Amino acid sequence: MQPTRTRAIEKIKAMKAVKGTRRPRRRRRGRWLSRLLSLHGLLGYIFLYLPIVILVVFSFNASRHAVAWRGFTLDWYAALFTNKQVGAALVNSLIVAATSTAVSTILGTMVALGMERYEFPGKLPFDALLYLPIVIPDIAMAVMLLLFFVLSRMGLGLMTIVISHIAFNISFVAVVVRARLAFFDVSLEEAAQDLYADEWQTLRRVTLPLIMPGVLAGGLLAFTLSIDDFVITFFTAGPGSTTLPLRIYGMVKLGVTPEINALSSMMLLASMVLVLLSLVLRKGGGEGIELA
Amino acid sequence: MGKRPASRRAIVRLLVLIGPSLLYLLTFFLFPLLLVFAISFGERGTYGGVRWVLNLQNYVRFFDPLSLRIFGRTLYIALATTIICLVIGYPLAYFIGTRSPRWRNGLLLLLMIPFWTNFLVRTYAWLLLLRDAGVINLVWTGALHNLVSALAAAVPIPLWQPLLQATASPIRIYGTDSAIIIGLVYGWLPQMVLPCYAATERLDFSLVEAAQDLYANRFKSFTRVILPLTMPGVVAGSILVFIPSLGAYITPDLLGGAKSIMIGNVIYSQFMSARDYPFGSAVSFLLMAVMLIGTLIYFRLGTARTHVTDEGGI
Repeated sequence: MQPTRTRAIEKIKAMKAVKGTRRPRRRRRGRWLSRLLSLHGLLGYIFLYLPIVILVVFSFNASRHAVAWRGFTLDWYAALFTNKQVGAALVNSLIVAATSTAVSTILGTMVALGMERYEFPGKLPFDALLYLPIVIPDIAMAVMLLLFFVLSRMGLGLMTIVISHIAFNISFVAVVVRARLAFFDVSLEEAAQDLYADEWQTLRRVTLPLIMPGVLAGGLLAFTLSIDDFVITFFTAGPGSTTLPLRIYGMVKLGVTPEINALSSMMLLASMVLVLLSLVLRKGGGEGIELA
Repeated sequence: MGKRPASRRAIVRLLVLIGPSLLYLLTFFLFPLLLVFAISFGERGTYGGVRWVLNLQNYVRFFDPLSLRIFGRTLYIALATTIICLVIGYPLAYFIGTRSPRWRNGLLLLLMIPFWTNFLVRTYAWLLLLRDAGVINLVWTGALHNLVSALAAAVPIPLWQPLLQATASPIRIYGTDSAIIIGLVYGWLPQMVLPCYAATERLDFSLVEAAQDLYANRFKSFTRVILPLTMPGVVAGSILVFIPSLGAYITPDLLGGAKSIMIGNVIYSQFMSARDYPFGSAVSFLLMAVMLIGTLIYFRLGTARTHVTDEGGI
């Protein structure tokens, strides 16, 4: 804030204090403006949800080709459950997400503890390194990992996807756990140590239980990001390691079909459940879902 | 918080905690990053490999008319996306910020839920809407056309003729820059709303009242008080929308069709079909440089930072 502006605000504040009461002015126009604002809010939320609703509605549409409504059906969902390729993709997705979540949750929690508890030379650059995977564009990260795997002659497959997912998930877990640790009362640990708990006992009995909601929220976030990731997976996948988003993409490239609508709706549902769960956990941590 | 590691044991503990992640990120993030930088000065080998030479040819090539045109389009699309996000997002943030606290959390949650669902799926949903035989055109050539015909039959004035003609054929949105912009605005709108909301929430509304007591009209009190005070949120939101729009790949690929391509698609084709790793590296390095500059500005602003990195950052 520029000093002149601050000064102007102070001046306004002072004048306001002198003046005291507020006169009801331009009330009618104010009401009109606030109605307009509410309308904008409503339209904004319609914009956010309309495509999703339409996608879900059309996943129940009996017509195969036309967009027009031809009656309710569950056929497309039934077709998904017998589709072997989709089944294989789901298994791949779950393997990748579970592995990368397990590893990145452990590593991310450890690094969060280290970053919040210690000062050390080189902390700032390391902090930046920890942040970079979050801010770097997907496509740039995808490219550099692909180059690395190709030049180090690692065969592309599930392994390379898992390695890539861990590389971005560590940072996300660390951010969530550090937010939790920032509210941590260190005196609780000191109390445990005063009661002759050794370091391992303090960590296991005091620190971990207290930060557990943050760790779980971080893990869920990692799982969601891993299940949902398309671009990085697309670049680092090999033959036979198709995940669900890659399968959807492949199907979309062949044309819009109701099966894609059904599969997409189920993916939407799954991520919504995961996200809500993660938010509830974080809310339990006392920070609120204020997103702030 | 944070103590200096005084004892040897503290140092060991610190190393155990951050060592594995440090090693991991050095190997699978920093090293590949430097690799991209190094290769961007190299040359394409005969069979698609990399010849390790040192030249600037890939960066020079970026400035040929063809690449520049694609870069220009990318820049235009990213800028348009940012501005539209701001025009929609700022009042939306203001709307959320002026509700009662009970409503606010629910509204924020509703804002975030679509944001956290699969980006590919959300883009696909727009394909359903925008394509030539899509939902929008179904309404346009169906219900709307019928309505206009009915009106033309009932009230015969020449005004209906152009409307009838317009609704007779589908509007072509799919495959244009507009389709990409719509998809990107949809994808990144929450990134704009969140920091703007954070700034609005911290706004001291007694200052607005004070300005009005001093005979500022609504417009003046907005431009002189509200806007300057929420500016950090506006800048942060703009950067958070601009950067991912610049690096977009899925949106132009699905909604842009064959004609409208962006830098992301160029990078993709360099790696997947042209096998020109050095040029692809140079382009992605330039993209990262722009991103880095944006991020630095963002962190310089500081204010809205924690509000987004916690939940909305990508």
